Parts: sequence; C-alpha cells; structure tokens
Amino acid sequence: MKFVDEYRNEESVRKVADSIRALVTLPWTLMEICGGQTHTLIKYGLDRMLPDLVTLVHGPGCPVCVTPLELIDRAVAIARRPDVTFMSFGDMLRVPGSELDLLSVKARGGDVRMVYSPLDAVKLAEKEPARQVVFFAVGFETTAPAIAGALLTAERLGLANFSVLVSHVLVPPAMEAILSSPACLVKGFLAAGHVCTVMGTHEYDPIAAKYRIPIVVTGFEPLDLMVGIRMTLAALEEGRHGVEIQYSRCVSPGGNVPAQKLLAEVFAPCDRPWRGIGVIPKSGYALTPRFERFDAAKRFDVETVTAEEPKVCIAGSILQGLAKPRDCAAFGKECTPEKPLGAPMVSTEGACAAYYSYGRE
Amino acid sequence: MSDDLGEKLQALSCPVPVADYPNILLGHGGGGRLSQMLVERMFAASFDNAALSEMHDGAVLAVPAGRLAFSTDSYVVRPYFFPGGDIGSLAVHGTVNDLAMCGARPLALSSALILEEGLPMEDLWRITRSMADAARNAGVPIVTGDTKVVGRGKGDGIFVNVTGVGLVAEGVEISPRRAKPGDVILVSGAIAQHGVAIMALREGLEFGTTVTTDSAPLNGMVASLLAALGADVHVLRDPTRGGVASVLNEIAKAAGTGVTISEAAIPVAEEVRGACEILGLDPLYVANEGKLLAFVARERADEALSILRADRFGAEAAIVGEVTAEHPGKVVLKSRVGGRRIVDLLTGDQLPRIC
Repeated sequence: MKFVDEYRNEESVRKVADSIRALVTLPWTLMEICGGQTHTLIKYGLDRMLPDLVTLVHGPGCPVCVTPLELIDRAVAIARRPDVTFMSFGDMLRVPGSELDLLSVKARGGDVRMVYSPLDAVKLAEKEPARQVVFFAVGFETTAPAIAGALLTAERLGLANFSVLVSHVLVPPAMEAILSSPACLVKGFLAAGHVCTVMGTHEYDPIAAKYRIPIVVTGFEPLDLMVGIRMTLAALEEGRHGVEIQYSRCVSPGGNVPAQKLLAEVFAPCDRPWRGIGVIPKSGYALTPRFERFDAAKRFDVETVTAEEPKVCIAGSILQGLAKPRDCAAFGKECTPEKPLGAPMVSTEGACAAYYSYGRE
Repeated sequence: MSDDLGEKLQALSCPVPVADYPNILLGHGGGGRLSQMLVERMFAASFDNAALSEMHDGAVLAVPAGRLAFSTDSYVVRPYFFPGGDIGSLAVHGTVNDLAMCGARPLALSSALILEEGLPMEDLWRITRSMADAARNAGVPIVTGDTKVVGRGKGDGIFVNVTGVGLVAEGVEISPRRAKPGDVILVSGAIAQHGVAIMALREGLEFGTTVTTDSAPLNGMVASLLAALGADVHVLRDPTRGGVASVLNEIAKAAGTGVTISEAAIPVAEEVRGACEILGLDPLYVANEGKLLAFVARERADEALSILRADRFGAEAAIVGEVTAEHPGKVVLKSRVGGRRIVDLLTGDQLPRIC
C-alpha cells in the first residue's frame, strides 16, 4: 500500500538499524512519548534491533492510561443515567472504573456508544433533542481540535442537550515533569508526531534548551521510528541538543494554525491530575467561560466514590520511564488485559498491554 | 429446485401480498393463517424440495452408514443487507462452511428465523430468496424450518439460525489436534474482507471502491481438496469471528504445537488494508465468511495450493506459514520488517484506538 509499505520495508529498516549500531559509542536512554509509537516498536520488534547500549523507555502518551480513575468513575455515573446517551472513542470503553467500565454500563441498559468522530455525537444530539448526549473528550492535542470543532458546531446549532466530559492532556508539561524529576533517566525524546502536526514544534524549543536535550519529532511507522531514534542518538553522540523533525511529511514548525485557533477559542490550560503520576501544572484543558455550559462535569451532579489504586501496580513509574512493564511483580500474573490492575494494561496503546500482547513476558 | 423454477421465482415479486401485509405482524409467528401463508408462499416456494414439501414437523433424510457431522450457528448482523450479501446468504454459507470444515459433505440444512414485528415483508422476501440462492449455489437443500415473531424492539429485524448435517467420508480425519510440526498452513484467499465491509458500512466510511463481503460456500473447495489429499489434510477451519489470529491460536493450543506465519505472505486486498489502517484494526483479527485455513502434510502443500487456486473462491490462495515444535500453544508472526512477535488472542472485540 502506497505511503505505508515504504515505511515498513525490511531492507530499509535494517539499513537504519545497521547505521545506528555504527553510530553508538555510549549508553543512552531514550523515551518515546506516544503510546502509538510504543505499540509500533514492540509490535515490529524494533527495540530488539537496537544495540545493547540503547535503552528505550516508554512515555506517558497513552491518553486512556493517564485518565484519572475519578474521571472514569464520573463518566460511568453519567453514562448510567437513563436520560443520557454517552459516546466515546473505542478504547475508553473497557477501562475499569472503581466499580464498572463503560461496556458494563451498556450491558446493564445504559446507552453507551462508540464513535469515530465527536461530530457524530453532535449530529445525534441534534436529531434527538429529548436525549442528553455526552461525549467523553479524551486525548492529547491531536484529538482536541475535533472536540473544539464539535463544540463550536453545538454552539452554532444552539444545542442544549450536548455536553462533553473533558479529559484532555497536553504533552509539553508532561515532558517537563519527567525531566525535572531527580530520578529521570531520559537523555533524548522522540516527540509525538501527530501532536506536533497540530501544535507545531515551537513549544518544545525552551524544553530542549533548558534541559539541554535532543527532541526529535517522530512518526509512527517502523522506518519513522528507526530514523527518529538514529537522529536522537546522533545528536547525543555529537553533544547537540535542540528540536529536529523526522516526521516532516506531516509536521511543520508552525503546526496547523487554524486548529490552534480553534483550540484557543474553546480551551484554556489548567492544572490536571495524571493517573499514576499526580497533578502536573497547566497540563490539561478546561473549557473557556464561553463554553462552560457544555461541561458535562458541571451539568450532571453525580456522586462517585473512587476506590484506591491497587498498591502493587507501578503504572506511575512505567508512565514516567522509571520502570519497564516486566519490572512489575503483577505483570502477566495478577495483571493481564482480561483483568487489568492499571490502565497501561487496558489500552492497546498502553506499554504493559503492548508488552503482554506481543509476548514480552 | 430446478434452475428454471428458481429463475421464475426470482422474477416474481414478494409472494405475500405486500399491500395487505407490508410488515411482519406478531400473527405471522402465531401458527394460524398468517403463519401458514408465510410458510407456504414464501419459504416452501423458495426452498422447494422433496423433504420440505412433506410439510411435516421435521425432515426425514435417507443416509448411508458412516459418520455424520452436525453443526449449528445463529446469525445476528446489523445492518442485515450489506455489500455483496445479506444475513440470509451469510447464514447458509456459514453453516455449509462449518460442516465442510469438519471434512463433511453437507447434506441438508434447516432454517429457523426470529423476526421482529414490523420487519418489512419485502426485506424478508429478499432474505428468503437470498437463502434459497445460496443453498442452491452450494448444492445443499433447506429441508426444514421454523419461524417465530417477537414484539417490536425485542429483536434486530431478523435473526437467523441455520443448522446442518453432513456426511464424513471414510478416511477423512479433520481435527485441530492433528496439526503437527512440519505441516504447511494455507489460506484460501485475501483476508478481513467481511469484517471491513460491515464496519465500513456501519461507520459510513467510503473508500475508492466498495469493500464487499467474501461470504461464499467452501464445500466445493473442501471436497476437491479431500478427494486429492485425503488424510493428508489435517486441519480445516474457517476464520470467521476473531479472524485468522484467533483460529490459529485455538489450533496451536488444541494441538500443543507452535504456529509461525509470515505477515508478508498473508494476502490482504489493498482497500481492506487501507480501511484497517484508518479504523485502527489488525486484519489478522477481522472476520472472514468465505475463507478457510488448511493445515496439510508438507509434501502435499504445492498440490493443495493448486487445488485451492483452481476453485472459484480460491484464486488468491497462498501458503502463509507452518506448524512448529517450538513455542507450543503460541502463534508467532514474522513481521514485514523482519521482527518476530507473538499473535495472541484478543480480550474482547477489537476497539479502535483514540489517535
């Protein structure tokens, strides 16, 4: 298939792997930010093609994984209301809350639906004015413009029965949080290509300068990742820092300006808890006052009781690159995709699930 | 039914007067006049055969001594019409194929329908005609049936159960436990078509070309394969729900052997791959309705491949892997870029990713 096969070509990937081996003289730890990248690395066995000196740790870029338990409980409580049609992207549906996941709410009679686009939720709200249509707005900067677009449409249509439960998170503050930790092992970042397609790369310049670290904006196909890894390692070996773009077929330094304008209209940064990590300042999106009336968290006064996270789960350390999934005592034993203890085992993008499903026991 | 009569029937419009009964009523399942009219004019006329025309509570079939294969499957699919097929043909093909995968020659089928009150009569007619066509095409009669009607909102338009029996010839021994190290694994054509056709329709996704279901009867292909290879065919399976990955896992576990497949060797149509990329799905886990996996003795693999390719539904057949003594119970895939990974069972359905 054109524009895919070229990036999954065995010969090309192997050549880059060979050049990496020729390049590396010192031990380096790199972090890929995005769960989609983790998935590709493990799925194609790319990490095993790298020299032993190079260690990959997996970042917090799985939106499902970092959504706080309390918010999932709130989603479940809203979805259980008989007047509500609750819509969400697919992989959020199976994430366990303290008591239930959204698929179980559906099985018990709740109107829970999977959609590909938040605009489908707006369409439904328009068609069924008697139903309260709630969209679970999960994701990084990548999916946020679609939510913003949906909210602007809902505003234009004057929909009183549409709302969103906002759980958007932002990448740069999370990178800062990881880098500022004294335990941080990461010497270079593969930044998330699709996030930068929207946001551009300018907000990464101060991070690269402050922590004197190379940040390479990388794509998601095997060849993208191998080239991104080589660019990061080359910078480290040569003692350079700064932002570079591997994924130039999609990313420009300025990003998608119309999308950024949409975001600025609808969202404002706010402090936000990340599951397993804690509150990171200015790392999430809240609705601006103009759109507050579409906030499902305010519209539905639901009571939730959130359980404590299982003590044995080390999801927080894994999401910060301080540990790998197989360092966890519960991995593959008490914790499996059938019965996950922590979110990285639930989402297909989660590092634990990637290790488990592709046989890294 | 003679082909001639079949054509005449096709040309006819719905035999139940649509003006009187444009939709299914509860009474169509009540056993009275309405039921009778439906059975006689629609089902008996369409499925027409000697056993059915007895109009008894069941069919009586004459069978030679030997082993009988027996299989049942219920079909629920929304929407019930989709590109390249519908729930009726799907149900007939599905059960015909399940029998064929037992190494059996399908002998006869039953058709049990659960209709939802309000189902358009024209839709039922299209589905019935499609079942009749599929049965004729596969050369297997529908010899008995049943119809029930449930209240509006209690069903999804129509549910279809097709049960069937078939005869297993002497010397044929098909079982997942017969997979053994050295066996070569073939697939009869491009995978993931049915699942993608349904999902693209549900999600309203449009591609350059419409992806159609691959729903097809495989009994002819299996008969040719067994006639030529006999006991050298070890395992046959149609990778329906859960796709190729799930079926290979089941076989590897049942046989206590390993399975290795090569990603590059597995045929996937260009538009299906594209759709899977967009939807965030792995074609290995997507449903097929007209494909089979065959495990055959290594020395007969080339012969098996030409037999599959000579069949009308097997033009794109390919050798995709082998059974190994290593990694028992596990399926290992050699990826396009040269890495190797485990292909595990999914927990539930594949759920598309957020980004």
